[in-house]
Amino acid sequence: MGIQICFYILIGCCFACLIRAWLGKTVPDRMVAIDIMGTLAVGMTAILALLTGRDFFIDVALAWIFLSFIGTLALAKYLAHKTLDE
Amino acid sequence: MNWYETIGVGIIIFGVAFDVFGCLGLLRLPDVYNRLQAGTKCVTFGTCGILLGIFVMKGFTGLGVKALLGIPFVLLTSPVGAHALARGAHIFGVKLWEKSVVDQYKKDRGDNPRL
Repeated sequence: MGIQICFYILIGCCFACLIRAWLGKTVPDRMVAIDIMGTLAVGMTAILALLTGRDFFIDVALAWIFLSFIGTLALAKYLAHKTLDE
Repeated sequence: MNWYETIGVGIIIFGVAFDVFGCLGLLRLPDVYNRLQAGTKCVTFGTCGILLGIFVMKGFTGLGVKALLGIPFVLLTSPVGAHALARGAHIFGVKLWEKSVVDQYKKDRGDNPRL
């Protein structure tokens, strides 16, 4: 029961990140919001593995960490006015 | 409920509280650097707390060991991404908040475009 409430609270946190991505005045604001939402989603999928009792959701979380990391690095390269192979 | 399940749920609630405060900082703080430091630190520690709580609840099973393996991955990747984003935002030309007192990186960087 407590873990289910935690899951709903994390969904609320993801909506807060989406509000920042919507309001954010500059481009890096939106990128920060999406990056933090990726880290939140890792916790959400881990809790989902606990709630449903299916272990493969934690594999999704482990893959999501690295996808979020690579996406953030590529966007940061774009922000610094560089090409991707530099 | 066993004692280790109780402790695990406690650690998970602790981590979720950190996540909530990180998202509050992301919404309320004034400029992109403040938001980045509030959001990244709190949310990284909160996600590590959730994964550690799952390990305490499940022990050395498949789910628990994978959750324990996720902790160093989050601790390694999330601060590196935040550092790259902050540097990119500074080079992109985002101004600091008007009440910020020091900008050491601007003085270090100067006119060198390679830094």
